[in-house]
Amino acid sequence: MNSDFERLAVVDVARHYGRRKALSQINFTCASGEIVGLLGPNGAGKSTLLNILATLLAPSIGRVEYGERTVADGGAEVRARIGMLGHDLFLYPELTARENLSFFAQLYGLSDIPTIVRAALERAGLADRGDDFVSGFSRGMRQRVALERALLHEPRLILLDEPFTGLDQASASALVARLRERQRAGCMVVVATHDLDVADGLLTRAIYLKNGRIVGTDTDSRGLADRYRRAINNSGGDKPFLSADLSAEALRAKVEAPGAKVEGLSKS
Amino acid sequence: MSAFFRVAWHVMRKDLTVEVRSKEVLLTTLFFAVSVVLVFSFAIVREGRAPDDVAAGILWVAISFSGTLAMGRTFERERYNDTLRALILAPAERPAIYTGKLLGLLLLLGLVEIVLVPLIGLLFNAPILAYPGMLAALLLLGTLGFAAVGTLFAAMLVRVRSRDTLLPVLLYPITIPVMIAGVRGTAALFQAAPDESMARFWIALLIFWDAIFVTLALWTFEPVMTE
Repeated sequence: MNSDFERLAVVDVARHYGRRKALSQINFTCASGEIVGLLGPNGAGKSTLLNILATLLAPSIGRVEYGERTVADGGAEVRARIGMLGHDLFLYPELTARENLSFFAQLYGLSDIPTIVRAALERAGLADRGDDFVSGFSRGMRQRVALERALLHEPRLILLDEPFTGLDQASASALVARLRERQRAGCMVVVATHDLDVADGLLTRAIYLKNGRIVGTDTDSRGLADRYRRAINNSGGDKPFLSADLSAEALRAKVEAPGAKVEGLSKS
Repeated sequence: MSAFFRVAWHVMRKDLTVEVRSKEVLLTTLFFAVSVVLVFSFAIVREGRAPDDVAAGILWVAISFSGTLAMGRTFERERYNDTLRALILAPAERPAIYTGKLLGLLLLLGLVEIVLVPLIGLLFNAPILAYPGMLAALLLLGTLGFAAVGTLFAAMLVRVRSRDTLLPVLLYPITIPVMIAGVRGTAALFQAAPDESMARFWIALLIFWDAIFVTLALWTFEPVMTE
């Protein structure tokens, strides 16, 4: 079976820490070439959901399907197709940029590592700083190295947790350009952010999270701020405000249909 | 299998490169271990003589205390930039990552022991050169058993707030068989009339415990690292 996949499906996922429900009834899909945004206030469950998608956390209920597979079917093969940029940057400050990239390339079992690392440093705009220690880099430079580290193995699914934090406008624009390039290459990108200015126009779909639940979804990438506020503010109590039907039944009906598209989710 | 050892090698080499640059773990561990030995020697040695069997006990106390310090610091480094998550997200076999971390820690503790053993010989008049091969085997096997469990627990506790307290609380009771075998085996070699057969018995017991601890640690590392 090919380890690559064309679709990510999150089906009825919940995550509990004791009696606290960090996530409840999460259902969505992400198709090849999509950039999905997880938008929500602090504590909404964005990072928990990303960690579940990255296979770092197991859901208490439900499952995540990577094409035809789940993590139980092929943990290492699934992980080989996932690239994650965390809120912390997953870099060793005592190593140089080149050493960091080489180390992770070795862990991923890549071949021709010097060429891959050189190309990654060039894309990060750090070809002449490759032998400098990461501890001496600015936040923006570290973020660029970390992004290239996450993309070294050309992952199918790219997970980004607050990638725009601490970036100036030029660095944020470079990051957006790189994500668009990966989108054109057919990758699935899931971004957790509360930076609506940068997310506006970037996302193909926004999923609004509050208190561990999906309280709305949006396929219009422009003017997110108003709809985000509306979704978050209107979603008190037990009855969440939904701009699309994200129930497990509706999701299953759609994702199991041949040629299913995310945009095809039925409007409520 | 070659992929397993390749990953373990890269993880160990990365840990040693970081340590060579920072020297943080080696220096703090070494300083602590030497301090322990010196304090005991000032308290116990009278007119150049120490009570029987004390040298072996102090050697293993210094190894276990400084080893606990090294384990905590090694994984603290992985926590600092959340690099442990990047390691376990890689498609490499997770036991290979554990093995790499364990080998890096063993090398560090080996360097500490290279300083500790002559110091014990000097301060406690211990005959460290009488049976160097058996003494090396006891140290290697004892350190392996102790570090095998410690590396697993340190990885498990890396995101726990009270990890510095919990690590010794969990580690010492479980590694008591290794410590007893290490102390008794070393004491058999350090006594006035060294008992070679007794030392062999304790070495065999250490091999038994090491096999159990390493197997269990390799087996449980993957599930404990998936929350």
